[in-house]
Amino acid sequence: MTGIDWLILGVYFAFVLGIGVALKGSMKTSTDFFLAGRAIPAWVCGLAFMSANLGAQEVIGMGASGAKYGIATSHFYWIGAIPAMVFVGIFMMPFYYGSRARSVPEYLRLRFDEKTRGLNAISFAIMTVFSSGISMYAIAKLIQTLHVFDGVFQRLGLNSSWIFDFAIVISAIVVLVYTFLGGLSSAIYNEVLQFFLIVAGFLPLSYLGLKNVGGWSGLKATLGASYTHSWAGMSHANTNRLGVEWFGLVMGLGFVLSFGYWCTDFLVVQRAMAAKSMSAARRTPLIGAFPKMLFPFLVILPGLIAIALPTQPAVPPHARVVVSAEPPGQGIIPFKVDANSGKPMLDKDGKPQLDYDLAVPSMLLHYFPPGMLGLGLTALLASFMSGMAGNVTAFNTVWTYDIYQSYIKPGATDAHYLWMGRVSTVFGIAFSIAAAYMANHFNNIMDMLQLVFAFVNAPLFATFLLGMFWKRTTGHGAFTGLLAGTAAAAIHHGLTLPAGAIVGIKGGWLAVTHIYPSEMAQNFWTAICAWSTCFVVTIVVSLATRAPDESKLVGLVYSLTPKPEEEPMAWYARPASLAIMVLAGTVLLNIIFW
Amino acid sequence: MGIDIRFPLGLLFLLLGSILTVYGLRSDPSLYRQSLGVNINLLWGVVLLAFGALMFVLSRLGARAEAPAEKSPQPPRSSSH
Repeated sequence: MTGIDWLILGVYFAFVLGIGVALKGSMKTSTDFFLAGRAIPAWVCGLAFMSANLGAQEVIGMGASGAKYGIATSHFYWIGAIPAMVFVGIFMMPFYYGSRARSVPEYLRLRFDEKTRGLNAISFAIMTVFSSGISMYAIAKLIQTLHVFDGVFQRLGLNSSWIFDFAIVISAIVVLVYTFLGGLSSAIYNEVLQFFLIVAGFLPLSYLGLKNVGGWSGLKATLGASYTHSWAGMSHANTNRLGVEWFGLVMGLGFVLSFGYWCTDFLVVQRAMAAKSMSAARRTPLIGAFPKMLFPFLVILPGLIAIALPTQPAVPPHARVVVSAEPPGQGIIPFKVDANSGKPMLDKDGKPQLDYDLAVPSMLLHYFPPGMLGLGLTALLASFMSGMAGNVTAFNTVWTYDIYQSYIKPGATDAHYLWMGRVSTVFGIAFSIAAAYMANHFNNIMDMLQLVFAFVNAPLFATFLLGMFWKRTTGHGAFTGLLAGTAAAAIHHGLTLPAGAIVGIKGGWLAVTHIYPSEMAQNFWTAICAWSTCFVVTIVVSLATRAPDESKLVGLVYSLTPKPEEEPMAWYARPASLAIMVLAGTVLLNIIFW
Repeated sequence: MGIDIRFPLGLLFLLLGSILTVYGLRSDPSLYRQSLGVNINLLWGVVLLAFGALMFVLSRLGARAEAPAEKSPQPPRSSSH
């Protein structure tokens, strides 16, 4: 990084912190801090809704998948996000926002009972802390691998082994300061800033890359059909790069996983709860869906280009990369190098593995001169911070309202809970840092934790679907359904194995009864299994237990809630019109990239 | 609440755009061999400047539209009822 790059990074940091400082004065009640006073305009919430999910893992991971699987990765957007975003806006937001619940777990208490809320709140709180730690680890590792700070560290005479710690501490402090001062408003406003910055940093990358490879047709000619079609070959798992057949994809990713995330995860739903009115809350996910629909061109396309470029040792002089005898990879993606031996890591066939996670960063270094490089790296950092702030603000709310106020200290003053919100912001970030170091030292523990979280999350949407649309669903039903769904996910994972994997963390730890063609197929079917089990068990147990009192379910269940009144607004701004537009756009994109 | 995000957004992009534009005008053209001969700093700097200016203008227009609304006894706020 040269002086100009540092200047750009510095300007961005100044703005991020400035927003926190500017908002400090308006944090008077806990509602201001945790729910942004429910006063944010729809378009701001919409961009934040999308941006909170756009962590570094998303940007790096989607580029990596683009290089590995091709344009089929866009299924994670077009099938795996848009329909769920439309559903939560049109059908579910009336209950989330209308019930005046302050969090998703709180909705569960209003609709069901204390134990269902407790289960959700506690697992969610642990999950957010760990996922923000994991993304912190990922970005610090990336900064270390890219050697972006090496030049400065050398000049200052610092030991370059501190770069990892430096990257963690600096980003943690920035996120801490702005969320501590301005709470959710600060996080949301910064997510909007980060959204535009990510677009500004990545759009020129796709432009230069496409220009270089001769546009989409040039890319098609270089990579072939398997990389450049999203649906062709989906009829069977062996004829597409994902290794999944269409049914597993549509049901597993498009229904269970995507609805489970976008419709029930408080991290994103919180952004809509902060909206200033019911119609703004309903439009939040719909507005977020428009950029979401187009993001594959920003984050997946660079991955495809990276693999399509002629193989070369791309080391631009200004990047101050410590030039090593790094073996070339494919395209501009290097081979994965073992940190201890310095040799490329081999897969089970003895072939060197590609380090796909470096696809997007390699592209940045390849095309961007000083100046743009600063903007590109700032965009990467911004994506990381927006993801982390999303986790932190969701964590402090669930902790304060659903755990602290409910179980530890009920009945305190609002000022006390506002104070607790700030305190929990500090220890939430402290735990994340601890988790980041844990990830650095015990990779296996992190893999296992993520697996457990996947088991816990998989059945959630069945509970919400039944809770919102079937008034007979009872608290006992929901609670047992959730536990049964999680157990079903674990058992399914324990009985199956992806092709070529070793028994253990990848599955098969009970007995190997079925081999899936890919890990992705196994994940999707684990989710389908968990969802179906939860759905059936919740219905059966609900019917066996006493029906809930209907008068208490008004505003929480579809059939007992009056339809939300439409405010007078232009036809194109109405939730239903937005939904139709975004769905039509998605269908069109699927046809174009068939 | 508090601030109109378009204002800091406009300001940030005006600043980033100017930095890139000025740098793009003054930097050595050989720098742009890696970006396929495109002076991406200048080109993108101008785009960001335009975006920043747009956001800035919108935030000023918004502030002007809001000022008289706040003086009226019943502000026409969108409500959730």
